Amino acid sequence: MALLSVNDLVFETNGKGRGRILDGLSLTMEHAEVHALLGTNGTGKSTLAYLIMGCEGYRPAVGEILLEGASIGHLRIHERARLGITMTWQEPVRFEGISVADYLSLRNPGVDIDALLDLVGLNPAIYRSRMVDRSLSGGERKRIELASILSLHSKLAILDEPDSGIDLLSTKDIVNVIEACRKNGSAVLLITHREEIALIADRASQLCNGRIVCSGNPIRVAEHYKSRHCMTCNGVECHYV
Amino acid sequence: MSELEELTACFENAGGNAGALSDAASAHLAASGHRILSSRTVEGLDVDARETSEGISAVVTVRRGVKLPNPVHLCFGMLHAEGLQRIEMQVALEEGAAAHFIAHCIFPKAEKVRHIMDASVRIADNAEMRYEETHYHGPYGGVEVVPKLAVTVGRNGRYFTDFTLTTGRVGTLAIDYTVEAGEDAVTELTARVFGHGKDDIRIRERVLLAGKNARGLIKTRIAIEDDATAEVTGITEGNAAGARGHVDCMEIVKDRAVARAVPIVEVHDPGAKVTHEAAIGSVDKRQMETLMAHGLSPEEAVDVIVKGALR
Ligand SMILES: Nc1ncnc2c1ncn2[C@@H]1O[C@H](COP(=O)(O)OP(=O)(O)O)[C@@H](O)[C@H]1O
Ligand SMILES: [Mg+2]
Repeated sequence: MALLSVNDLVFETNGKGRGRILDGLSLTMEHAEVHALLGTNGTGKSTLAYLIMGCEGYRPAVGEILLEGASIGHLRIHERARLGITMTWQEPVRFEGISVADYLSLRNPGVDIDALLDLVGLNPAIYRSRMVDRSLSGGERKRIELASILSLHSKLAILDEPDSGIDLLSTKDIVNVIEACRKNGSAVLLITHREEIALIADRASQLCNGRIVCSGNPIRVAEHYKSRHCMTCNGVECHYV
Repeated sequence: MSELEELTACFENAGGNAGALSDAASAHLAASGHRILSSRTVEGLDVDARETSEGISAVVTVRRGVKLPNPVHLCFGMLHAEGLQRIEMQVALEEGAAAHFIAHCIFPKAEKVRHIMDASVRIADNAEMRYEETHYHGPYGGVEVVPKLAVTVGRNGRYFTDFTLTTGRVGTLAIDYTVEAGEDAVTELTARVFGHGKDDIRIRERVLLAGKNARGLIKTRIAIEDDATAEVTGITEGNAAGARGHVDCMEIVKDRAVARAVPIVEVHDPGAKVTHEAAIGSVDKRQMETLMAHGLSPEEAVDVIVKGALR
């Protein structure tokens, strides 16, 4: 049975923005699969992440989301998290008065904090006692968020553009995190707008005009994405795979 | 149990270091109501403490150039359900002196207690004082605490204060602090309070940046729930060239609680710069969602955020 099935999802904003953001989107992921979701800015990648996670205000107008065959549409974020879904936001939020060590052991007091920090390229001696507040740079904060996701051993980790932002994480950093997820047996939905990042994945899908317009081998999907057909085609030239 | 033993036990419960009270290398003053139960001084520190009809009066001096190696512990409390305690303190740090005071004010059984503090602190040139004050007012909300403090900080002096009341009820709290900072002086005032029930929190902190390049920070962290109310007034005046001040107030509001923040920034010298930020509202949605995506329930998430903000 598939880990995640997103079936014919439609998401609309009521009167705000451009209206229909996702328009019959379908996507399937297997257990432990690393799946890259490619799309240019504003195509609805983060919207899909929020819908899968169950964020406030993100309920599909049509369609359903299944985790291991069971609908999760009625569940709140923490209930989905407890079933094994988690995510990192594109711009992780800051917390006052919470140390990195405390943050990484929120749900799992016995976790090996030093090993997690090593995995994301941060020196444990320096970062354990730092605060997860505004004193961290954007890149440092992102690394800590990735470490916290690794501590959860989730069935599905949604990483929303871990490679974007002012402080770029290198492709190598992302590869390390993905490898750690693989070791944990976690599937990853790797959201990105850079085709070279998609090549790390087992499979890839391209999002355009509210749908998955191309899906399969990452090399092929990256080629398709690079050709930028879908920017103008309104889905006419793109063929569903 | 003697009154001192009882006060010591409460002191320890409130986070105090009870061992320090029996340590010959650490100075302390412990008083319950208007009785001094125990005191010790160390080389370079003069303490003249007296019992008055309503409380305690103390004159404290850290002599010129003396840097006290261990914190000075102050423990003021009232173990009865009702009563008045008036603390009058005059503290002086002479030139180049340095001291760290840790005060605990404990009223574990208070149903109708008033605690009034009137303190003046003079920090001479190049001297440094840290003053941490932790309160525990018990579970009934029957305490009225009115601390008034006036501090002057000399050239290149430093004054840091930290007020914490985050366990148990608050009752009524009316803080009124004023710090005047001289040339190159640095001052930081931090207050953290968690109000419940019908607690009423009023905090007024004023920093006057009087000398050239003086620096000041007022940081307030309040969480209130149930029917509690809070009003925080942070005033900073930049009155000299190079003076830099900042007022940073955050209030997290739950249930029917009502919060107000009044940042007042005033500049009397074009070379001074004072900024402020105030955030009042319920717990940040993105912070909530992030913690919930880690599997915390909404209640657990609020708890982690509020505790962090008050830390
Ligand atoms: N809650 C919302 N209200 C209004 N518009 C929204 C909302 N969420 C997303 N959008 C719009 O949907 C589009 C897709 O956004 P997003 O999912 O953030 O794209 P991406 O992550 O691919 O860059 C954007 O045009 C954005 O402005
Ligand atoms: Mg996005």
